[in-house]
Amino acid sequence: MKYLAEYRDPVLARRLVHEVCATATQRWSIMEVCGGQTHTLVRQGIDEVLPVRMIHGPGCPVCVTSLEVLDRALAIAARPDVTFVSYGDMLRVPGSSTDLLALKARGADIRIVYSPVDAVRLAVANPDRQVVFFAVGFETTAPANAMALLEAVRRGLENFSMLASHVLVPPAMTAVLEAPDCQVQGFLAAGHVCAVMGWAQYEPIAAKYAVPIVVTGFEPLDLLEGILMTVRQLEQGRAEVENQYARAVRRDGNRPAQLALERVFEVTDRTWRGIGAIPASGLRLADEFAAYDAELRFDVGDIVAAENPLCIAGEVLQGTKNPTDCAAYGRICTPRSPLGAPMVSSEGTCAAFHRAGRTA
Amino acid sequence: MCLGVPGRVLAIDDEGGLPMAQVDFGGIRRDVCLVYLPETQVGSYVIVHVGFAITEVDEAEAQRTLEVLRTMDGDALAAELGEPAPGSGVATTPSPGLP
Ligand code: SF4
Repeated sequence: MKYLAEYRDPVLARRLVHEVCATATQRWSIMEVCGGQTHTLVRQGIDEVLPVRMIHGPGCPVCVTSLEVLDRALAIAARPDVTFVSYGDMLRVPGSSTDLLALKARGADIRIVYSPVDAVRLAVANPDRQVVFFAVGFETTAPANAMALLEAVRRGLENFSMLASHVLVPPAMTAVLEAPDCQVQGFLAAGHVCAVMGWAQYEPIAAKYAVPIVVTGFEPLDLLEGILMTVRQLEQGRAEVENQYARAVRRDGNRPAQLALERVFEVTDRTWRGIGAIPASGLRLADEFAAYDAELRFDVGDIVAAENPLCIAGEVLQGTKNPTDCAAYGRICTPRSPLGAPMVSSEGTCAAFHRAGRTA
Repeated sequence: MCLGVPGRVLAIDDEGGLPMAQVDFGGIRRDVCLVYLPETQVGSYVIVHVGFAITEVDEAEAQRTLEVLRTMDGDALAAELGEPAPGSGVATTPSPGLP
């Protein structure tokens, strides 16, 4: 595929490694926000060959979807009148007492879709079923989910509703920077979030916290170049927003997608699993669309959420601990039987470490 | 689920009012919604996330980035590291762990 082989070129990768080595005069700490980037870094061993400390960030929507929301999803999915529709990565994420896959095995009607448009198609094809779409994700995913809702409205689908729990990246970066023990000196911003939102949102963060932020892609060369650009800024005492991923990201992002977000959602406070409440860090359905809000449509009583006490996912997600610091890692917590969300998702840090065979 | 994948637009059509495209991902074909990239032309490369094209790949920028990397100053590096720069035509010791 075009520009995949080129951006995985091992000769250029080595050259970039050498350039980072030649540029860094100290071991800077850089956070990659996005879990997709964590996976490339860990799989390729990039974080182990560079003279920088990579801190793995909270950018895995599956990992940070709050336990309370997940428990609510499980309660709705268990209803006999509901066809529950989800992205595949959510299926094995542990709730307080079960997960979607176990519910499905016990006969609940749970479907996996690749695109939210498929959820709308399911509602059209099954008019006698209540189709509920579990709309999670960052700014990259939210426009697609917004369009599913607008399509359902346009087609007058009364049997479609949405359990929406979106999270936003800039408030999470601010929360990381505000933490008293914050060690992050520079950020790789998530390229595809910026493809939608642009990067103007990051300029006040870079200025206020004097932290370089480099919009970065997902291939090995992208990550290496993003790290190099961050290290150069740190060495030169600059704190700017730069764009490594110029082939895919424009300063203003994708306006039509932003307009759909503004139309369908409202900014809200959000609890991040393992991390806690972050002000104005999420999107919920706007009041105009309350009739499509699954939380209001289905009364599932009070939700009492309880995490597994062994899991240190919160510290892993904030970059203060590595998965290998967790007593459960690889022993009682594995991708086959996960205790916490970061061991499940393809973007979770614990799963990335486990897949790469990392040990303490 | 957060990943975006680049693919080439093969054909554009309409599904009940939604602009859709057939996109080729290195041999695998998928229907992709173009509602957020309405200007897309057949033959261009788009980055697709959960069935929606979110941005077009700018081929000139892609080439430019690669050119910058290819012309990175290998000699200065060699002096710094005491070994010939990779790609300079002289055998090098590979860095561990990289592809
Ligand atoms: S290894 Fe498992 S239990 Fe430990 S932090 Fe990761 S997900 Fe939680």
